[in-house]
Amino acid sequence: MKRMVMVAAILACVLSSGLSEAAERLNGAGATFPYPVYSAWAFEYNKTTGVQLNYQSIGSGGGIRQITERTVDFGASDAPLTPEALAKAKLLQFPAVIGGVVPVVNIAGVKPGDMRLDAEAVAKIFLGEIKYWDDGKIQSLNPKVKLLHAEITVVHRSDGSGTTAVFTEYLNAVSPDWKAKVGAGTSVKWPVGIGGKGNEGVANYVQRTANSIGYVELAYAEQNKLTYTLLKNAAGAFVTPSFDAFEDAADTGTFDPKNHFYLWLVNAPGKNAWPIAGATFILLAQEKTDANRNVVKFYEWAFQKGDKKAKELTYVPLPKSLKDKIRAYWKANGLQ
Amino acid sequence: MAVTVKKNPGDIIFSALTTAAACTVIVLVIGIVFVLVRESSPAIEKFGVIQFLTSTDWDPVRESFGALTSVYGTVVTTGLSLVMAIPVALGIAVFITEVSPSFLKGPIGIAIELLAAIPSIIYGMWGLFTLSPIMGAYVEPFLKRATADIPLLNALFQGTPMGIDILTASVILSIMIVPFTASIARDAFNLTPDVVKESAYALGATKWEVVKNIVIPYSKIGVFGGMLFSLGRALGETMAVAFVLGNNHRIFTSLFDSAATITVTLANEFTEADKDIYLSSLFYLALVLFVMSFVFLAIAKFFLARAERRAAR
Repeated sequence: MKRMVMVAAILACVLSSGLSEAAERLNGAGATFPYPVYSAWAFEYNKTTGVQLNYQSIGSGGGIRQITERTVDFGASDAPLTPEALAKAKLLQFPAVIGGVVPVVNIAGVKPGDMRLDAEAVAKIFLGEIKYWDDGKIQSLNPKVKLLHAEITVVHRSDGSGTTAVFTEYLNAVSPDWKAKVGAGTSVKWPVGIGGKGNEGVANYVQRTANSIGYVELAYAEQNKLTYTLLKNAAGAFVTPSFDAFEDAADTGTFDPKNHFYLWLVNAPGKNAWPIAGATFILLAQEKTDANRNVVKFYEWAFQKGDKKAKELTYVPLPKSLKDKIRAYWKANGLQ
Repeated sequence: MAVTVKKNPGDIIFSALTTAAACTVIVLVIGIVFVLVRESSPAIEKFGVIQFLTSTDWDPVRESFGALTSVYGTVVTTGLSLVMAIPVALGIAVFITEVSPSFLKGPIGIAIELLAAIPSIIYGMWGLFTLSPIMGAYVEPFLKRATADIPLLNALFQGTPMGIDILTASVILSIMIVPFTASIARDAFNLTPDVVKESAYALGATKWEVVKNIVIPYSKIGVFGGMLFSLGRALGETMAVAFVLGNNHRIFTSLFDSAATITVTLANEFTEADKDIYLSSLFYLALVLFVMSFVFLAIAKFFLARAERRAAR
């Protein structure tokens, strides 16, 4: 009997502490891509404010479903929801951080930044229409690179992912052929190539398959020292995938608060803009609850103090102009 | 003879608790079927049964889904892994029951159990980082060269050997199911009455003759059931093959092609399935797998039960 009383007492303690903490705990779920930076921010935020932010990286699809059912305080998605979809689920949306996708190749003798590609070449390679590296199209873009008559192996993601969504949105935007034959989405029906699971899978296959080309997140290309290519952007310049190029893309991208920032950040018009970038988004319920305001407080803090941490983790922080637009959006919706 | 025993409350509570525990299993199975059917009902309505099972299209962008490529991949990888695993597993079982000196039986038995206890994600990572490069660089080019002039066989080994394909996935699967098949086969072999075996030895039979003429005929139904159990296990295996199969929805003819199985499709696409009909189709695929596994396990149970009845006689 004594033991039972003790167990009950312990249970009561645990339960009550859980209840008292509930007010200072925020739950989010969604995209896997921003998970490292959200959890790093949450750790710092917890140290300075005592508020606990619990983010589960269950995938964008899951994040959208959970916030639609209001089982979490915020959802996160790599793909922006259309204004119609947001209205239907009574959600608000704003970008939190920017990431990019980088084509990587493995060709003997070609070093990072040696290979130049343009939109048409990338689309044709992934459509299987350009089959060999010494194709006239690639040769004309790279007069200085010695290319062999070697068959191209295309490596794509085998799992559904935001990275694929950003990459295929880019191909959709630049190639009518791609749009008609394949289209864009988290996973698509690839005309050619082999599939690697996750960025690590694609990176692994590209590294060990000669004459291959794949696409990975910027962070993966940097960390694994993969051979990235230069890309010709909308302004006609060949750009290197760097922080500056992504920031320029974010700066010149037309994020519009009126349609809840719905934008695929591909082919941005900036002179130095990297053409394949994408923001990752936060989804909030329209109801003006305390939890919502607390989520906004967290992101306000992250916008002010989190840029350094984000850069360390190879994410591109939002440019100031965009942050100001988001703040105005929060105010307009009564969340700040 | 009716004996009435006055039940004490402890007995009643105990039997109620155990009954409840047993019932949870049934409730769980029914619950899983219910959820699978409910979640997949939009896809069942849209694609029907025959069309879904015979369509090779899997296009999330155009929202057109068919199960044939995944079912085909599942059946081929499972079949191939059984072909590779069963001879080895039978060899192990014969060695342990008939050949091995008794001091070796323990260590080998433990090794098999350890092999069975390795989590499948570890097989998956090992497959991706270790086996797949070896297959791509040495084994597959060799197979391609060796079969280049043999008609039909060379069609099986066509294309560029990458190590990310049916063959690698099947090898990993076969390693995973060897311990299962071996331990069930061992148990089946042990059902052979010693009297019969000893009589054969007394008549001057060699070990090989005893195994061939006594043990295997006696236990073949049990061994067959064990194979079907392994098959059920291989059907549902996910993480071990998810990394090395490529999730490519295509009807393949070469073992060097990448492919998709039902579980690999689910593992790869579930988290990012952002459209309702997409998600529903994945549930539908899971339902198909559930039915497939159920049928195979039912057949396996049937044969194992027959084997036990025979042994008891």
